[in-house]
Amino acid sequence: MSNLISISGLSKTYEPDFQALKNVDLDIREGEILALLGPNGAGKTTLISIICGIVNATGGTVTVAGFDNVTDYKKTRELIGLVPQELTTDSFETVTATLNFSRGLFGKPRNPEVVETVLKSLTLWDKRDDMIMTLSGGMKRRVLIAKALSHEPRILFLDEPTAGVDVELRKEMWTVVNELRADGVTVILTTHYIEEAEAIADRVAVINQGEIIVVEEKDELMRKLGKKQLSFELATPLVIVPAALADYGLDLSNDGWKLTYTYDINAERKGITALMADLVNAGIRYRDMETQQSSLEEIFVSLVKEAS
Amino acid sequence: MNIYGVLAIYRFEMARTKRTILQSIVSPVISTSLYFIVFGSAIGSQITEIDGVSYGSFIVPGLIMLMLLTQSISNASFSIYFPKFVGTIYELLSAPVSYFEIVLGYVGAAATKSVMLGLIILVTASFFVPLEIAHPFWMLAFLVLTAVTFSLFGFIIGIWADNFEKLQLVPLLVVTPLAFLGGSFYSISMLPPLWQKISLLNPVLYLVSGFRWSFFESQDVAVGISLGMILLFLAICIGITWWIFKTGYQLKN
Repeated sequence: MSNLISISGLSKTYEPDFQALKNVDLDIREGEILALLGPNGAGKTTLISIICGIVNATGGTVTVAGFDNVTDYKKTRELIGLVPQELTTDSFETVTATLNFSRGLFGKPRNPEVVETVLKSLTLWDKRDDMIMTLSGGMKRRVLIAKALSHEPRILFLDEPTAGVDVELRKEMWTVVNELRADGVTVILTTHYIEEAEAIADRVAVINQGEIIVVEEKDELMRKLGKKQLSFELATPLVIVPAALADYGLDLSNDGWKLTYTYDINAERKGITALMADLVNAGIRYRDMETQQSSLEEIFVSLVKEAS
Repeated sequence: MNIYGVLAIYRFEMARTKRTILQSIVSPVISTSLYFIVFGSAIGSQITEIDGVSYGSFIVPGLIMLMLLTQSISNASFSIYFPKFVGTIYELLSAPVSYFEIVLGYVGAAATKSVMLGLIILVTASFFVPLEIAHPFWMLAFLVLTAVTFSLFGFIIGIWADNFEKLQLVPLLVVTPLAFLGGSFYSISMLPPLWQKISLLNPVLYLVSGFRWSFFESQDVAVGISLGMILLFLAICIGITWWIFKTGYQLKN
């Protein structure tokens, strides 16, 4: 996959001296879904805003499909649709009117078929003649997405698209994003919900205090940084871990019924076979066992903790 | 040129006028009618003619100018301030429209409304007082130039303002006094010599004088100077707008 967006040495300082972005380099590939993860104030929205032209960068460059986003801004912006974090809508407009406005603003002639398709895909068709102020929060969120899609962009930025949205609607949004990907649209989303990135992203970029600390294929990231745990449910409780098993770094639960072994997925010798043999030798019997892999959330928390 | 973008902004703004027809058109017409009833008929009948024109007719150009200035500023300033206030400006800033196109859309719509309003007031006035327009072309030219200039001025105020108070500040504290003291309701020849000189510092005087000339050929200052002043003010507004967009002042930081 070729790079559709290239960000190089991007920095942004807000007056008087808050550095929101520090020398950020990031390539975004055509057709992928990239999740931009980071705690509050990490610089996610600033990064998106600079790419879309809402905020001026202090230094560095952004190219979209080979065009510079400052000198060739018309060409780059035509390709991009942006869904902002806040529910900012023109309350007194109807849904259709606001879509027509957005489409025009992005340089496209009126096209009722496209607007109809977009509205239907977001289940807004029944609301097309309603004033936006009469819609629920979730519906307004859909209107914002519909506006961003009204000019048929190749790239869609979703800034916290599912913040404050109920579970059902969130799942629906994911379906929409997947459909967009199937149509070849590149999607960049920022999110607090790591579950979201885990569910739909191809790649994950973690940003913290204005710096990208990791960019990796989601699966690769989870494989690389993920830990796996093997837990044994004991037949009789233990008071302490026998000295013969000290090398394994086992964790005994407070009630003494559960013994947990943490190992590296990538290690050549994981030590499971040896551990099981040593358990038998030490006379420890167990009724059941289970394995657990760390989630993206745990990886994220440890990365951010490490970086700060 | 992103024609569709300009049209989108223009249509959006004109649709807003339609929605707020009471506030945009009806209320200025009512207040103008009140001026005519009070100043034109009631008080005006006690006032002698000025430069051979009855007082009721004399105040028509000034009254139109007064409405034109205040409405151009309030329309244009609100049209750009409101998206900033509710946050919908993100779309405008991320759209492939140049600054010139943005200004064309917003200022074009605000000026269109003002010109329409000016003409409506003119028609309203003709019901109250006899009116003849000596130079219709120049009348229209002054109308359009003033509408554009002050819509641009309003646009600048709308960008500068970061709260509702500031939005009202300039129109209320600067423009209204200047408009009233700029000879809307009198000829400066009625003033003592010192105040005549001071009045010449008031830019609105030149607008009113030029506009009045296009009706009655009577003027406080030469019509060429009036035209020059309005073009100068237009140039200053264009300059400030250019600077705003170049630096991203109040918009992109």
